[in-house]
Amino acid sequence: MKDTIKKLVEAYGPSGREEQMRALIREDIEGLADEIRVDAMGNLIALRHARGGGNGRRIMLAAHMDEIGVIITHVDEKGFLRFSNVGGLYPPILIGGRVRFADGRIGVIGVERRDPDKQIGFEQLFIDIGAESREDCPVKVGDIAGFVRPMIEQGHRLISKTMDDRIGCAVMIETMRRLQDSPHEIAFVFSTQEEVGTRGAQTSAWDVDPEIGIAIDVTGTGDTPKSRTMAVRLGAGPAIKVRDAGMLAHPGVKNWMADRAEEAGIPYQFEVLEGGSTDARAIQLTRGGVAAGCLSIPCRYVHTPSEMVDYRDVEGAVQLLVAMLSKPVDL
Amino acid sequence: MNTLEVLEKLSNAFGPPGGEDPTRDAIVEILRGHVDEMRVDALGNLIALKRGTGRYPLKIMLAAHMDEVGLMIMGVESDGTLRFHVAGGIDDRVLLGKVVLVGPDRVPGVIGLKPIHLLRGNERTAVVKTDALRVDIGAESKEAAGKQVQPGQHAVFATQFGPLGAPAAAGEQARTLVKGKALDDRAGCTVLVELLRGEPYPYDVYGVFTTQEEIGSRGARVAAHAIQPQAAFALEGTTANDLPQEEGEDVSPSTTLGHGPAITVMDRSLLADRRLNDHLIATAGELGIAYQFKQPGTGGTDAGSIHLVGAGIPSTVVSVPCRYIHSPVAILDVDDLQNAVKLMRGALDRLTPDVLAQA
Repeated sequence: MKDTIKKLVEAYGPSGREEQMRALIREDIEGLADEIRVDAMGNLIALRHARGGGNGRRIMLAAHMDEIGVIITHVDEKGFLRFSNVGGLYPPILIGGRVRFADGRIGVIGVERRDPDKQIGFEQLFIDIGAESREDCPVKVGDIAGFVRPMIEQGHRLISKTMDDRIGCAVMIETMRRLQDSPHEIAFVFSTQEEVGTRGAQTSAWDVDPEIGIAIDVTGTGDTPKSRTMAVRLGAGPAIKVRDAGMLAHPGVKNWMADRAEEAGIPYQFEVLEGGSTDARAIQLTRGGVAAGCLSIPCRYVHTPSEMVDYRDVEGAVQLLVAMLSKPVDL
Repeated sequence: MNTLEVLEKLSNAFGPPGGEDPTRDAIVEILRGHVDEMRVDALGNLIALKRGTGRYPLKIMLAAHMDEVGLMIMGVESDGTLRFHVAGGIDDRVLLGKVVLVGPDRVPGVIGLKPIHLLRGNERTAVVKTDALRVDIGAESKEAAGKQVQPGQHAVFATQFGPLGAPAAAGEQARTLVKGKALDDRAGCTVLVELLRGEPYPYDVYGVFTTQEEIGSRGARVAAHAIQPQAAFALEGTTANDLPQEEGEDVSPSTTLGHGPAITVMDRSLLADRRLNDHLIATAGELGIAYQFKQPGTGGTDAGSIHLVGAGIPSTVVSVPCRYIHSPVAILDVDDLQNAVKLMRGALDRLTPDVLAQA
C-alpha cells in the first residue's frame, strides 16, 4: 500500500484538474470492480455487485482525488504570475514553496517586500517560473498548479503534500484489493472538487443513490504544541467521525464502525471536528437523505505542503472497512 | 427588432429578483414565432424550446437571468418616506441620490441624502448604510404614500438606455458603447434571444430566461432539474474593471471592454467544464473571434447551480464585459455582445456528442 500512497500523493490533481489522478487510480483498480465509469463531473465510480446472499445494502464510499492548489489570475510584464486559491489556503505558509502545473512545469512562490504590520495575503505573493517577460511566459491566466513535495517515510509516519485526501484514495484502493465477497452493492467513488465545496460527491451521490454513505478523508489532530483542543492524535487508530462543522454522523453508521472495530480488535478513536467538513455532508443531504458517516485518517498540518499521517492509522482504516463491508449491517 | 433594439427594450424593462414578470413578458413578445414552445415554470423561469434538426440526441441548456439588482420596499415611515432592503448585491455607496421606480405603477422616487452644505465632521467621508436611507416619493404623510406604494413592492433604478461616446471621425471605425441599467444580465438575455431567433441547431436547445440569480441562482437550479440537459452554458454580463491603474500597478482587469466575449475558467461557484471551454476556444480560433478569460476566482453565476443538478451537468459561462455592474448604470461595447452571439452560435453549430465524450 505504501507504493500506492507514494504514487498518489506525489501526483498532480488540483480541483477541476483531476484527470491525471483519475488515470493513475484507474490503473490500480482495473479488475477490482464489476463496472468502472466516469461521470459528468469527472468522478471515477467503481461498482461492486453484491455477492453471497441477501441482507445487503447499497453503500457509497467516497474519497476525493482533488487537492488544494492555486489558479493564475495575471501574468505581469516581467513574467511573474499572480494567483488566487483553489480550495482553502493560508497565504503565509506558501512563501518559498514550489508548485507544479499540469505540464510538469515548476514555479517558486515569492513574496513582495514585507510590511511587518500587514498580514500576508495573496496580493503580496507571486509565482516565478523563470520567465523573463509576459511574452515568453508559457503559463496563462486560468492555469492551475498544485504543490510539489516527495513523500518521506520516517518511523511510523508518512509525510507529504496531499495526504488530504490521497490517503483516503489509497485506503479505498487497498480495501478493494483485500475485500473478498460482500453482501453489499458497493460504489467506490473517487470524487472531484471536494476542496471547492464537495461538488463531485454531491452529483455522484445523486447518481449512485446509496442507502449508506461513508467518506474516507483526513481530520485534524490535537496532539501538537498549543494546538486547538481536539481528542484525536496520530497513531491511536482511525477516527470515527461523530460530528464536524457540516454534518452530524448518522449514529447507526458511527456505531457500525465502532462495533466492528471492537470485534476485530482494531484501535480507533472518536472524532469531533470543529471546522471543516467532508464529502459525507454532501452525500447525507442527497435526494431524500442518506445515512452517512466518515472514517477519518488523523493528519497533522492539513492544507500545508507537509501533511503527516501515521501508517498504523492508515492500516487500521483499511482493516476496519474490510471488516465492515464483509458482513451484513443493521443500522 | 435588431440586437441593439432588443438590448434597449430589455435594459429598460422592470425585473428585480422575484418580480421578473415585465421582463419576461417583453422576451415572450420578441421570441414569438422563433421558438417551438414557451412555458413558465413554478419559479417564474421562461423556458423556450427550439427544436433541432434531429441530427444528435442532445439537449443543451442556455441560461440567462432576467432579474436585476433592485430594492424591496419594507415599510412606509410616518413622514411618507419608504424604508427598503436591497435585493441582490448593491454597494451602499452607489445608492445615494439615485432615482428609482417603485411598484407596478412605476412611482418615481429619489433615494434621499443630506446636501453637502449641511454635512458635518466625518459625515463627508463616512458611507451611509442602506438602513439609514429612505426613498422619497414626494408623499407628505404615511397615508398619502400608502395610496401609491405598498410594502413588499419592488423598485429598480430609473436609468434609461442610450448610446455613449463621440461619433467616429471620418474613416474611423466607430466603437459602439451603450449605457443602461441591468446589463447584468439583460446583455446575456439579448445574446440568448439572438441565439434562439436564428436557424435550428442539430439538437434541441432549451433557452432558459431564469429568475432570482442575484439572490442565489435559484431559478436556474429548478429549470436544470426539469430539463436535464447534457450540457449547459450560462450567458452573462460580467464585471469589467478595465479602468486606468495606479502608477506602478501591474494587475489584470477581470475583463476588458472591446476584447471580446469572456470565457470563465473558475469563479466562486464553478470550475468550468474543460471540454466545453476547449470547444469554445477552438470555435473562436476557427471563426477568428477575439475572446478573453474572465479573471479567475470572483463572482458566481447560474452555471454554479446548474452544474450540480442531478448526476452533474457539464457547464461553463460566456460573458459580455460590462463596466459598473450592480450600480444604476453599466456600459458595454456592442461589438463584444455581437461577438458573444457569433461565438456561441458557432460553438453550438459545431457541438457534437463527441465533444462531451469523457477524456
